[in-house]
Amino acid sequence: MRDDIFTKRRNDNLRFFLVLIILTVGSIIITNYDVIKGFSSIAKALIWGGSNFYPDVKSLRILPEILPKLQETILMSIAATTVASVFALFLSLAGSKTTRLNRIFSIISRGIASLFRNIPLVAWAMVLMLAFSQSPLTGYLALFFASLGFLTRAFMETIDEVGNNSIEALQATGANYFHIIFQAVLPASMPQMISWLLFMIETNIRDATLVGVLTGTGIGFSFDLYYKRFDYHAASLVVVFIVITVIFIEFVSNNIRRVIL
Amino acid sequence: MALLELKNVTKYYNQTIPALEDVSFSVDEGEFVSIIGPSGAGKSTLLRCINRMVEASSGEISVDGVISSSLTKKKLRALRTKIGMIFQHYNLVDRLTVIENVLHGRLGYKSTLAGILGRYSQEEKNQAFQIIKILGLEEQVYKRCDQLSGGQKQRVGIARALIQNPKIILCDEPIASLDPNAAKLIMDHLRNISTEMGITVIVNLHQVEIALKYSDRIIGVNKGKVVFDGLPCDLTAAQIQAIYGSESEDVSFDLGERHAG
Ligand SMILES: Nc1ncnc2c1ncn2[C@@H]1O[C@H](COP(=O)(O)OP(=O)(O)OP(=O)(O)O)[C@@H](O)[C@H]1O
Ligand SMILES: [Mg+2]
Repeated sequence: MRDDIFTKRRNDNLRFFLVLIILTVGSIIITNYDVIKGFSSIAKALIWGGSNFYPDVKSLRILPEILPKLQETILMSIAATTVASVFALFLSLAGSKTTRLNRIFSIISRGIASLFRNIPLVAWAMVLMLAFSQSPLTGYLALFFASLGFLTRAFMETIDEVGNNSIEALQATGANYFHIIFQAVLPASMPQMISWLLFMIETNIRDATLVGVLTGTGIGFSFDLYYKRFDYHAASLVVVFIVITVIFIEFVSNNIRRVIL
Repeated sequence: MALLELKNVTKYYNQTIPALEDVSFSVDEGEFVSIIGPSGAGKSTLLRCINRMVEASSGEISVDGVISSSLTKKKLRALRTKIGMIFQHYNLVDRLTVIENVLHGRLGYKSTLAGILGRYSQEEKNQAFQIIKILGLEEQVYKRCDQLSGGQKQRVGIARALIQNPKIILCDEPIASLDPNAAKLIMDHLRNISTEMGITVIVNLHQVEIALKYSDRIIGVNKGKVVFDGLPCDLTAAQIQAIYGSESEDVSFDLGERHAG
């Protein structure tokens, strides 16, 4: 009996790798992807980047232009994320199995969460652009919707993890629904939720750049502008600033996490 | 009149086998009652029907003269304030401090807003400190509950129940996760609560010898039916056999020590 389990496991693993190999080779053949050329062009890209794509002293002249744009992007990301988190909190409370009021609301809010989460950010931006054209509002809403989907899902899992135990205990004391939410569910899940919120802000600052390229706003627009003018030094300076910002934000949020978790 | 009275209580979770079948008994003020029986006998279900954490399918339960099955939500909350509950896994909000967890026992008396904000009167706080002191937790008052030992957590659970000023305390396997020393301390506290404060204590136990040692009365449950209801000194080996059925060989018991009454 025992041997059977081991043989079965080994065969399962073999089958899994076989399928993986077939998928890989199959997709390479179908898409005419030249593996060798793919890797060798990475080297080429690096060489080009090293000789052209670096900030020089002259590019520093654009600082007064890009710093306000950078600020706009950061603030927009934070605003979109925090507002989304408020809505996500309500949706997740309505959706979680432990705190839901009834099944219908739960299904609706789970549905909203998975729909919003599965529409890519770029698709949101494109669709919203039809409605609001190229404006900061478009970028803001795109980030908002994508964050709402993700945060609802993350919050819902956080609440589920808190579990039923303390909820049951408070119910037994005669506490009502709102008491239980504010005295047991939120205190237990808040640190994890804030951690998700910080993660989402980090992600959104990165993504806001991409959205900015599409919607013509913020730091992404600056990058696009300089890049299309073949001013690679200025464009690379923009990238450097984005990277520094993201690293800085990550550093700050890691410190916040350390304190609250 | 009896403080707690069950008449023909039956509970079906599904249509086939009842978890409780035609259970009737009554309990007086200040009585210490142990409910024993094999795993799956319906002990937890029985306890939870008393404070309507589980809805009985039929039959009548009255607590302190109030028939519980027909109560509105608000009246049910008021009834639950009279019934404390203690759990095997303590069911505390681990991230909150001892005092905060203890004060949760007052939520049943609070308006929605006062409960949400966690506003407790000075009197309530004083009472909380007093109970914490009785249970020997004064050094842990401001500690977070995830830093406590199992025995300490269970004492916090007892304190949370006591601050409700309950008439009955229901305990679902309160010592099943504790080592023998901590278990003895908890059982001694529960016994004192019954003897000195006149609060009725109903305890689900799976150790027969502890039930014999502490109880005024023992109720034996098997397959949802009460098969024994009497004094510890009347419980014979044959009756234990009947309660535990074929499993009784696995149940260790020592009929030596019994509560004197
Ligand atoms: N929520 C539920 N849904 C369906 N069936 C349940 C539920 N809770 C309990 N049961 C069933 O009801 C019966 C009694 O369960 P209960 O938990 O009351 O037993 P117990 O005596 O407390 O057992 P243990 O000593 O293992 O805690 C069991 O057969 C169990 O499978
Ligand atoms: Mg049980």
